[in-house]
Amino acid sequence: MLSLIGIVIVVIGFVLRINPLLVVMTAGIATGIASGLGPLEVVAAFGKAFITSRYVAIVWLVLPVIGLLEHAGLKERARTVVAGLHAATTSRILLAYFAVRQITAALGLTSLGGHPQMVRPLIAPMAEGAAENQYGELPQSVRYKIRAHAAATDNIALFFGEDIFIAIGSILLIKGFLDQNGVHVEPTQLAIWAIPTAISAFVIHCTRLLLLDRKLRAEVATKIEKA
Amino acid sequence: MITLEHVYWLTGLMMAGVAIVNWRDRSNARRFNNTVFWGVYAVTFLTGSRLPDLANGFLVIAMVLVASIRGLGQGSKEGATREERDESARRWGNKLFIPALAIPLVTVAGTILFKRINISGAPLVDLKQVTVISLAIATVLALVLGMIMLRPPLLAPIKEARRLLDAVGWAAVLPQMLAALGALFAMAGVGNVVSGLAQRWIPLDNSFAVVTTYAIGMAVFTMIMGNAFAAFPVMTAGIGLPLIVHKFGGDPTVMAAIGMLSGFCGTLMTPMAANFNIVPTALLELPDEYAVIKVQIPTALMLLGANILLMNFLVFRH
Repeated sequence: MLSLIGIVIVVIGFVLRINPLLVVMTAGIATGIASGLGPLEVVAAFGKAFITSRYVAIVWLVLPVIGLLEHAGLKERARTVVAGLHAATTSRILLAYFAVRQITAALGLTSLGGHPQMVRPLIAPMAEGAAENQYGELPQSVRYKIRAHAAATDNIALFFGEDIFIAIGSILLIKGFLDQNGVHVEPTQLAIWAIPTAISAFVIHCTRLLLLDRKLRAEVATKIEKA
Repeated sequence: MITLEHVYWLTGLMMAGVAIVNWRDRSNARRFNNTVFWGVYAVTFLTGSRLPDLANGFLVIAMVLVASIRGLGQGSKEGATREERDESARRWGNKLFIPALAIPLVTVAGTILFKRINISGAPLVDLKQVTVISLAIATVLALVLGMIMLRPPLLAPIKEARRLLDAVGWAAVLPQMLAALGALFAMAGVGNVVSGLAQRWIPLDNSFAVVTTYAIGMAVFTMIMGNAFAAFPVMTAGIGLPLIVHKFGGDPTVMAAIGMLSGFCGTLMTPMAANFNIVPTALLELPDEYAVIKVQIPTALMLLGANILLMNFLVFRH
């Protein structure tokens, strides 16, 4: 039971909004000590775990080129392109991105997206640009809402698309774990049984996206009234 | 052969460049804090594989203390004004998309092609890490393309990287810290304790209750650990296999597939999945760091409900 102390620290830390790096490190050290390690052993274990997790940070390598292109007006260009499409609305852009992202993820092409390389420089400015076309200058809160939706669309489409591809990490993990426990399953079968949930995710989230235009219109209207 | 280690060197060089640009920027009152933070991070990439674990541990502690107690700042100099960017966007037009779209396209091409390229019997890149290495190669190619096209000053890319990385701030390191915490949780056996607790609380004679507990347990435990991969073995060994499969004769394939996706519903609702939920709020300059989670919660809950129904319906379909 004592080993759960790390979870308690994390929950309290996130609720009180203490700097998450400090919270996570404290939780790690407390967990290590609770499981019987000495202070220096805990520091070493944390250092080792941090070093072996470095692959998580590789995505930041995109920043020099994305920054360079943003400096040259990439986001502004993305907005202009959308301004030329009269049928484009925030809902439709995010819907189209959801469909493309989910289908390509299902084909194993999970790297055709992501927050630093697609959402920030392209998808979010396009979704914002479409709303600007319709409603003119946007209140800041509406901009924030559109951007949050752009990020959420990327996540949801990825999560519930990738499991249809048989060589993805989660399917390999399931197969490996069940094999160890003497239960044998086929990766293709696992992928097929991910499809009902993938369809549900598409229906649920795309319905919400379809309703987004209406919500944005109402929000813009009330903001203008107040002003 | 190109391995992950080479990619780490590249990342380390970028972080070192970011530290140096920060050091020289007098418009940032906390520039030395930023320099130490990104400088130490650079060291973990450049020499981390060769330093003893204890030294790495102290480097991490130094980063955390600088970021949380001293605090990081941001330079006040804006890269380009809105008018300059509008003007540049008109000049370059759709060509600006070429390097940006080259990143995902080259990454995908790399993951496919590198598996087929052999040089005197050995693969060109470490195939276990082919996606990450392809991404690194794609970013380098896109950068070269951008430099040739736009002809900016030579140091422009690293200055731009500095601008974006300081906008993200400490959140850039959070996903890696959480991955490290997950490893420590696994070492301490946190999962077994949690599944032990769950087993004590569910009514074992009702298949609907057991399936529902398994799906919700996957979501909740994923929220705690920040990762469905950590939750799956624990919940499946604790509840899924002994109860759903062995006691009630459920189909393990359906259970595992939908169980994992129930975990993904949890991923959408937790700050512990920082790279999906917290990092984008920093990247998109949103004032509320839980803004993305708040947008995702309705979809996540409805989909978890759908998963519970689907699993109940499909797992016992024989």
